[in-house]
Amino acid sequence: MPRYARNLVVALLLLAVLYALDYFVFDPGRRMISPYVARIIMLAGINITLAVSLNLINGFTGQFSIGHAGFMAVGAYSSAYFSINQGARLAAGLGDGLLGWAAALLLATPLGALVAGAAGFLVGVPSLRLKGDYLAIVTLGFGQIIVVFLNNIEAIGGARGYSGIPIVKSFFWIALVAVLTIVVVHNLVHSAIGRALVSIREDELASEAMGVNTTRYKVMAFVISSALAGAGGVLLAHFDGYLNPKSFEFIKSFEILIMIILGGLGSIVGSVLGAVVLTVLPEALREFAQYRMVIYSVLLIVLMITRPNGLLGGLDPFKGWRARDRAKTRTEAEEITAEDTRDNDSVDKATLGERAGDTSLGEGDTRR
Amino acid sequence: MSTFIQQLINGISLGAIYSLIALGYTMVYGVLKLINFAHGDVYMVGAFMGYYLANGLGARGAQMLGMDSDGVVARGLLGGGAMEPSLITALVVMLLAMAICAALGVVIERLAYRPVRKYSRLTALITAIGVSLLLENGGQVVFGADPKFFPELFTKQNIDLGGGVSVNSSDIVVLVIAVALMVVLQFIVYQTKTGKAMRAVSFNLTSAKLMGINTDRIIAFTFALGSALAAAAGVLVAIRIPRIDPLMGILVGLKAFVAAVLGGIGNIPGAMLGGLLIGITETLVVGYLSPTYKDAVAFAILILVLLFRPSGLLGSVAQEKV
Repeated sequence: MPRYARNLVVALLLLAVLYALDYFVFDPGRRMISPYVARIIMLAGINITLAVSLNLINGFTGQFSIGHAGFMAVGAYSSAYFSINQGARLAAGLGDGLLGWAAALLLATPLGALVAGAAGFLVGVPSLRLKGDYLAIVTLGFGQIIVVFLNNIEAIGGARGYSGIPIVKSFFWIALVAVLTIVVVHNLVHSAIGRALVSIREDELASEAMGVNTTRYKVMAFVISSALAGAGGVLLAHFDGYLNPKSFEFIKSFEILIMIILGGLGSIVGSVLGAVVLTVLPEALREFAQYRMVIYSVLLIVLMITRPNGLLGGLDPFKGWRARDRAKTRTEAEEITAEDTRDNDSVDKATLGERAGDTSLGEGDTRR
Repeated sequence: MSTFIQQLINGISLGAIYSLIALGYTMVYGVLKLINFAHGDVYMVGAFMGYYLANGLGARGAQMLGMDSDGVVARGLLGGGAMEPSLITALVVMLLAMAICAALGVVIERLAYRPVRKYSRLTALITAIGVSLLLENGGQVVFGADPKFFPELFTKQNIDLGGGVSVNSSDIVVLVIAVALMVVLQFIVYQTKTGKAMRAVSFNLTSAKLMGINTDRIIAFTFALGSALAAAAGVLVAIRIPRIDPLMGILVGLKAFVAAVLGGIGNIPGAMLGGLLIGITETLVVGYLSPTYKDAVAFAILILVLLFRPSGLLGSVAQEKV
């Protein structure tokens, strides 16, 4: 069977499985699972979209962006605006049923992604010239500025929040977007583009010397990452039917960041796992009421101390082997400088007399 | 014109507070290359410590809370001693809050940051976010989520400077104390042996260790110093605007960090300059443009500066080595 035919079959099968799950398990009429559980599963799906998309720029390209929630907000608000003003009419025109809303979402989701991608382009072109901590803080700044604007545009509710968005709580749609995100990121990373991205992460200077147009690839990764985050935002907008600028503050960006670091940077499986764990954990802690978030933050700190490379960090056998190998050759002096999560160059750099370990955040050190 | 001068004075006073917080960010970044996201929350704890100390010492806040009905100065929790609201009270409260937060900073460094120091900087960053969340959420549990009203530590009055410009005495006090603290900091960093060690550590941690500097102790000291300054800022903010809550440190901390980056992170005079710039611009924007966009100002300036001068105003330009 030719490859495209096989892919088509896989895709159709997947669609069928997702639809069957949606129809049999998530249909509130059948009471297979409680609405609460369904809600958490769907939220996890949205978070998977966000985490995997952030991993593309942070994990694979090595550009430390912490303004992801801002792009998510752009996608959420633009699609919500569309749904309220056009989508509802379109759905009504097609009978206001499943078909109508499928058509409306089919338009709203790419639209949200497109607008978020455009925002990503506007932010990415100037800021991706910066590296490390500076890039981080600039993306954070852009994220906050987006929130300030959302707070001040009355047409989309301003600080009161944007309500009246048509609610389409569809497991099928959420799962589809999540799967698409995973497929896009996976295929991208395993293509020539992906190798260029990873080469930028490993050593931008060397990558450029090899003829990789680093700026172009960085902006490309940033735009795709923002667009996918925007798609995640679309899902969120139609999930509760209400958006508030407060929920897109940098805390949200941190949440997504924690997911991908918990799962292990540069690992798609890890991002999925991180997203699921961090969606379920606060719910599991609900019985501790007011101490919930205290426990959550303590757990986070303890986790970072005990599993610094994320949940899947040391489990990758190849990675683990190399890390052990390196540990043998490490001297005490090298140990005091921060160690690199990625598995290449800390030893080499140390032997060259350079300060090792700065690379995971890029060139943050300005006083070399 | 008089409005402009008025806004400028307010801006400088606010900027001095941002500077104090920014100094803590910049010093910690200098020695550890760590964005200490918990720093803004240490500032919040400082304000709350000031609140409890002030009430404990029996300042006027106790009266305001209705604990004093017959005109006598309220009895404090500390042995019932009555303390008149005065500058001395304010100083005592501030110094005690600084001491408590210095200890808090050392504890945070010891328990959370030191164990992850040998790992990647990202791990340390997430740990910092974790500590920040812990202080915010812990603060909501311990202090209560509702805003509290900071007692008046000394009698505020408006001083007329003529031409329609007036200064609140609290602004003067804030400015004087902030400048004094920065002078002390300058002395510690540039004139003492510990300060020399701090600069050595921030220049190159490994070499500093090889030169026999107890780097662990220097790092702990840096945290203590930074946290103490944050606590001072917390008390000073509360003197200016007496409303404190457990989440007050988030945005202020972020802006102070922006101030540190603006001046050139790791650079102490840069942090002071950055803080003043952010404070003044923010006040001017509130005064002349729109108060709703005030939170965007700091970030807009930051983005502009970084795009044209990526290492900050006073930061040294990075050399790329192959």
